[in-house]
Amino acid sequence: MARLVKLQNEIERIKEKYFTRNRFAEENRQRENEAAIKIQSWFRGWQVRAYLSHLHWKATIIQKIWRGFRARARFRQTVKAVYFIMKMNFYHKMSVRIQRRWRGYYVRKYVHNYYARRRYMEGLIRKNEEIRRDLVDFSEFQRREREQIAMDREEQKKTVQAQRMHFLLSTKQCPGVFNSPFKPEPDEMELRLRRTKPQPPTASPRERDSRLGNRIPSTHSSASIARAHGAQPLPPIPIKKPQGPFREAAEVWAQRHRSLEPSLRVQTSITDLEEAQDQLRLEEWRNRTVDTLFQPFSKAHQNRRYERMIHTSSSFQPVPYGNKHFREERPDNLLGKKPLQRASSRLCNTHLRTAYTLPRTHQHIMEMPMWPAWSASHSTKT
Amino acid sequence: LYIKINTYCWIIHLCLLVFEQYQKARTQFVQTVAELATRPQNIETLQNAGVMSLLRPLLLDIVPTIQQTSALALGRLANYNDDLAEAVVKGDILPQLVYSLAEQNRFYKKAAAFVLRAVAKHSPTLAQAVVDCGGLDALVISLEEFDPGVKEAAAWALGYIARHNGHLSQAVVDAGAVPLLVLCIQEPEVALKRIAASALSDIAKHSPELAQTVVDAGAIAHLSQMILNPDAKLKRQVFSALSQISKHSVDLAEMVVEAEIFPSILVCLRDPDEYVRKNVTTLMREITKHTPELSQLVVNTGGVAAVIDYLGECQGGVRLPGIMMLGYVAAHSENLAMAVIVSKGVPQLAICLSEESEDHIKAATVWAFGQIGRHTPEHARAVAAAHVLPKLLALYMDPDSSEDLQIKAKKALKSILQKCTHLPALEPLLYEAPSNILKHVVYQFSKVLPHDSKARRLFVTSGGLKKVQEIKADVGSALQEYINSINNCYPEEIVRYYSPGYSETLLERIDKYQPV
Repeated sequence: MARLVKLQNEIERIKEKYFTRNRFAEENRQRENEAAIKIQSWFRGWQVRAYLSHLHWKATIIQKIWRGFRARARFRQTVKAVYFIMKMNFYHKMSVRIQRRWRGYYVRKYVHNYYARRRYMEGLIRKNEEIRRDLVDFSEFQRREREQIAMDREEQKKTVQAQRMHFLLSTKQCPGVFNSPFKPEPDEMELRLRRTKPQPPTASPRERDSRLGNRIPSTHSSASIARAHGAQPLPPIPIKKPQGPFREAAEVWAQRHRSLEPSLRVQTSITDLEEAQDQLRLEEWRNRTVDTLFQPFSKAHQNRRYERMIHTSSSFQPVPYGNKHFREERPDNLLGKKPLQRASSRLCNTHLRTAYTLPRTHQHIMEMPMWPAWSASHSTKT
Repeated sequence: LYIKINTYCWIIHLCLLVFEQYQKARTQFVQTVAELATRPQNIETLQNAGVMSLLRPLLLDIVPTIQQTSALALGRLANYNDDLAEAVVKGDILPQLVYSLAEQNRFYKKAAAFVLRAVAKHSPTLAQAVVDCGGLDALVISLEEFDPGVKEAAAWALGYIARHNGHLSQAVVDAGAVPLLVLCIQEPEVALKRIAASALSDIAKHSPELAQTVVDAGAIAHLSQMILNPDAKLKRQVFSALSQISKHSVDLAEMVVEAEIFPSILVCLRDPDEYVRKNVTTLMREITKHTPELSQLVVNTGGVAAVIDYLGECQGGVRLPGIMMLGYVAAHSENLAMAVIVSKGVPQLAICLSEESEDHIKAATVWAFGQIGRHTPEHARAVAAAHVLPKLLALYMDPDSSEDLQIKAKKALKSILQKCTHLPALEPLLYEAPSNILKHVVYQFSKVLPHDSKARRLFVTSGGLKKVQEIKADVGSALQEYINSINNCYPEEIVRYYSPGYSETLLERIDKYQPV
C-alpha cells in the first residue's frame, strides 16, 4: 500500500513529468522524424545503389566476357587476313619472278634476241661486202668487155681504112706518106698498111666490060661469091644481036649458071638401102628402153610412190619402185604354175613366136579380141 | 592499014602517058610532103596550105605506094602537135585508116598504125577518138600479123592509147591486146620486145586490176627472163613494166619477186645506162614498200647495199627512187632500219642531202632520215652521229625551202629527237632551235641528265646549263617543267650562278651588306 501511496504522492509529479516528457517528445518529433527519414533514405539509397552497383558489376562481367570473345574473334580474323595478305604478297612476288623469267626468255627467244640480231647484222654486213665486191667485179668485167668491143670496132675501122688506102704503102724506092724519112720510125698506119692486104676491087674489069655491053659473062670469083650469098648475078644487057647462029646471051648465061639437077636415081646413093636399114636398127636399139615404170595392177595402193611435199624440206626420199623387190625371184611361188598350152599352140608355135616378139612390151596385145580367131586361121593355113 | 594501026597505037600511047604523068605527079607530091613533114619548121606552112584535105583523098589512092606515103605524111603531121592530130580526127581520116588497116599490105599497116599512134599520143580525148572509131580492134588484129614491123607499130599505138588513163587502158585490155603483147615479148626482135614491154607497162600502171590482167597473161615470167638482156633500152622497159606491175599490191609484188629476179637485178644497178639503173631502183622501191617481209628479202639479198652504192654513183633526180627505197625499208621495222644503218646508208643519205639542190629530193631524204631514226635511241644516235640534225634544222628554218620540205624536216626532227639520247649531238640544237623544236631537245636532256653524272658535268662545262637558264619559258608550260627537272639535277648555287643576272644580284648584295 505504501507503494500505492507513494505513487499517489507522486502522481502529480508523474503527471508533470508525463507532460514534460510529451512536450519534449512533441518538440523533438519533427526532428526525429526527419532524422528517421534521412536514415531511411540513406539506407534505401545505399540499398539501391548497392543493388545497382551489383548490377553494374554483373553487366561489366558480361561485357568483359563478350568483348573478350568478340575481340578474340576479331583478332583471329585479323590474323587470318594478315596471314592471307602476307601469303598473297609472297605469291605475287613469286609469280612476278616466274613471269619475269618467262617474259625474258620469250622476248629473248622470239621478239628481240640480241645475239641473234647481232649475228644477223654481222651476216648482213658480210653479205653486203660480198655483193659490193661482186658488183664491182661485174662492172669491171662489163667495162672491160665494152672497151674490148670498142677497140675491136676501132681496129676494124682502121683495117678497112688501111685496105682502102693500101696504095699509100711505101715501096723500096719511094717512101709512102706515112713513112716520113724525117722521123725515126714509120707511122702506125704504115705498119698497118704493111700488115693488111689490099681490098679486092668490087667488080672485076671483065664484069665492068660486060655491063658496058660486052657479052662475055665473067667467070670471075666475085660473081661466084655473089652467087654463094644467094644473089642472082645480073644478066648481061644486050645491045644488038650478033651475027651468026648464036643463042641469046641471056639464055647462054642461064645455061651456064644453071644449078645441077640430077635425077632421083643419080641422087640416091648406091648403098642407100643398107644405110637406111642400119639407121633403123640403130634407132630401134637406141629407143628400146621404156621410160615408164611398170606398175602391177594388184595391190595398187602399195605402188603409190611417196610424193614429197613441196612445203616441207624433209629429207625422206621416195623409194623408187622396183629397184630391190621387183627383181627378186620367188621360184616357190611359181611351182604350181605351168605355161599355157593350147591345141593350136604347138602347131603354130614358130609363127606365134615371131608374131609375139615385137609387141611383147605392150600389154594390151593380150587383150586383143581377135586373138583366137587369128591364131586358128593361122593354124589352118599351116 | 599500017598507017591506021600506027595512029591507033599513038593514041593509046598518048592516053597512057597522061595517066603516067598524073601518077608520077601524085607520087612526087606525097613523097615531098612526107619529106617536108619531118622538119618542124615546115609544118605550119604545110598546114596553112591545106595539106590535110589534099592528103585525105590520097589515102584512098589506087597505088599502094601513094597510100603508104600519104599515111606516113599524115602520121608525121599528127605527131607534130595536138592541133594537127585533132585536125586528123576532125577530117574523118581515122575510119579510113582503121578500115584499110585490116585490108592492106604490111607497109600500109605500119604507116596506118603510125598515124593512129601519132594521134593517140597527145591527149586522152584524142586517144578516145582512136578508140571510138574502132582502132583498137584493128590494131589488135595487126598484132597477130606475121611481120614484126607491123606488130611493133601496132603495139606502140596500143601502148600510147593505154598510157593516158585507166579507162582507155581497160579498153585496150578488153580488146584482147594483152595476150598478144605477151606473145610479142617472146619474139626474137629486140625492138618489138622493147615496145611490147613498154605497152604492158603502160597498161599495168593504172590500177591493180589491169596489172592483174597483165600478170594473168603470164607476162612476168617472160619479162623476168629478159633482165639480163644486153640491150639497155629493152631493160629499161622491162624494169619499168615490172615496177608498174608490182606497185599496186602485195600479191602482185610477191608474184614479181617469185619470178626469181632478185640477186640478178642487182647486177643491173651497175649498168652503163642511167635509166636502167633508175628503173631497177624504182622496181626495188615498189617491191619494198609493201611489207616488211618483202623488204627483208631485198635486204637479205644485199639489195640495200647495192642501192646505197648506186646512190653514191649517180646525181640528180635518178637518186630519188633509191632514197625512197631506203626510207621504205627503214620504215617497216627497227631491224630493217638497223640493216640500212649497218649497210652504211646514213652517211650516203647525208651526202645526198648536201649534194642535191632540188627540194623534192631533199624532202625525200629528210623523210628517209626520219624513218631511219625514229625507232630506238640507237637508230637516232646513228643518224645524229652523221651530223644530220643541224642540217635538218637548217632546212626547217630556211625560208627558201618548200612547205612540204619544211613539214617533212620538222616531222623527221621531232621523231629523231624524241629517241635521241646522244647529248653531244643534241647540244648544238639548244642554241639554234626554235621553241617548238627546243622543247623536245630540252626534254631529252631532262630525261638523261638525272641518271648520268658525267653528262651532268659535261652539260655544265659546255655551257648547256647556262643556255637552258636563258630560255624564256611560260610558267606552267611543258618546256618550263623540263627546265625545272634539269635544274633539279644540280645544286641550287650552280643553277643560280648560271642564271642570267646573277652578277647583278651579287653586286646588290654587296651594296646592302653592312659590316658589323
